[in-house]
Amino acid sequence: MSGYVSGLLILVGINIIAVLGVSILTGFTRLFSFGNAGFMAIGAYTAGILSSRFGVPFIPALIAGALMAGLISLALGKLTLGLKGDYFLIATLGFGESLRVLIENIEITGGARGLANIPPRTTLLVVWVSVVIAIIGAWNFLHSKYGRNLMAIREQEMAADAVGIDTAKFKTLAFMISAIYAGWAGGLFSHYYTFISPISFALSKSAELTITVVVGGLGSLTGSIIATILLTLLPELLRAASVYRMLFYGIAVVLIVTLRPNGLLGYREFSWEWIKRLIAPKSGSSIEKGDAS
Amino acid sequence: MTAVLEIEELSKSFGGVQAICNFSLCVEPRRIYGLIGPNGAGKTTIFNTITGIYQPTEGTIKFEGRDITGSKPYQVAQLGVGRTFQNIRLFTNLSVLDNVYIACHMDADYGLLETMLRLPKFRRTEQHLKDKAMSLLELVGLQDEADAIAGSLPYGHQRKLEIARSLALNPRLVLLDEPAAGMNAEESTELVAFIRALYEKFDLTILMIEHHMDVVMKLCQEIAVLDFGRKIAQGTPAEIKATPCVIEAYLGGEMPC
Repeated sequence: MSGYVSGLLILVGINIIAVLGVSILTGFTRLFSFGNAGFMAIGAYTAGILSSRFGVPFIPALIAGALMAGLISLALGKLTLGLKGDYFLIATLGFGESLRVLIENIEITGGARGLANIPPRTTLLVVWVSVVIAIIGAWNFLHSKYGRNLMAIREQEMAADAVGIDTAKFKTLAFMISAIYAGWAGGLFSHYYTFISPISFALSKSAELTITVVVGGLGSLTGSIIATILLTLLPELLRAASVYRMLFYGIAVVLIVTLRPNGLLGYREFSWEWIKRLIAPKSGSSIEKGDAS
Repeated sequence: MTAVLEIEELSKSFGGVQAICNFSLCVEPRRIYGLIGPNGAGKTTIFNTITGIYQPTEGTIKFEGRDITGSKPYQVAQLGVGRTFQNIRLFTNLSVLDNVYIACHMDADYGLLETMLRLPKFRRTEQHLKDKAMSLLELVGLQDEADAIAGSLPYGHQRKLEIARSLALNPRLVLLDEPAAGMNAEESTELVAFIRALYEKFDLTILMIEHHMDVVMKLCQEIAVLDFGRKIAQGTPAEIKATPCVIEAYLGGEMPC
């Protein structure tokens, strides 16, 4: 396999892990976060500093990075999850940006010049084993009382409360899991590129993660995965048209969101049944969009 | 026998508006209570204060002898108070089965590790929850719609689904907020039989807000009348029908039936 292709596959894999976290948070709990690039940065820097400066082996460093992101999300969640919708979004946005500025200004992270000499440990195998674990973990988590409770919060928070769901606790849990996934992806990222700088984890990265989940469809894990593959490869396919590629990327996102407001697979999982229905829409009853209000 | 619900001297004001004023009510077990009164009398506010959505300005609320004043909504629900909402609040985009399945979560005692590794205990519990949810759907007659999206159900079925969901909590007290709202005479007659059947099957205690007088008179053993946040009368349906101030406040001086 050429280095270019394996590099792309590694990038797709890392993005899938980070997007799965956002999918749990945004797609299944309807909490929008612009701070997940910040959690990626925490994972990337924690794992990177541990392995480059303290000689910690790769896997423990990776786990430490993910756990550190989870720990910080727990503290941030306690402070901000009482906020309603938009205000929570703004708080996470503020967190992500101030974290980036913090990283630029402290010594141990290498400041704005970045952190170099991280050992290149992220191989195709490590990434895709991680992806498989991440997918199974997310799937098992969502198909349990935990996942159902999150969906209840997404659908109707007051009713979730009325059936005895501690909404604050489950929102914190969703936030923490999304941060752990982001930190995990960050650790893989830093040990692939061997050099990281704060600019890799700017607001645009958080926005990209959220856009991917929305394009894939809220409430669909498989949608998130398919969208990650498409949106990671799309800029590469458009590389020939170099200067215009981000323009095409933007147009593609706008088209998907306008033509399919629920995303590629809103509230469903990918299945052959669904493909069959899509090809032969007349046979059987098509699902009408429910309107309860 | 201790009362299921004891509300003492409850008051709630929003800024300068006194929504509930010195309201007291003692709900005895295995009885159906009605809460009636004109629009804006404070009936739903009382429900929301019992279930912890609002904090009372004054007064105490006890459930089965335990002080629940100031508890959070989920805590009240976990103790065994189920409720429905005036403007139906279902988990709209989820299936009918999932709506009840979710509400069974308190019966699930597996942890995160058992979930992630899909241990036998997890599988057993999940199967048990699904069976329970399905049997509740059969009870309300929605078993054939289990896979339908909740928001796509006809209105009357949505009401029934919401009741089934509240029963999944194994409640000792159920608060029904206008279960017959928007129903015609025929549908509300059916609803009366339906609620009575559930009441007998589960040994429930029910407190309901309702505007359909025929529903209230047929179902309730005790009725409290509310006007401008104050209780102006309490008694059996026959007594309430004969109370002049109720007729005055609630029916505008004329009794249609």
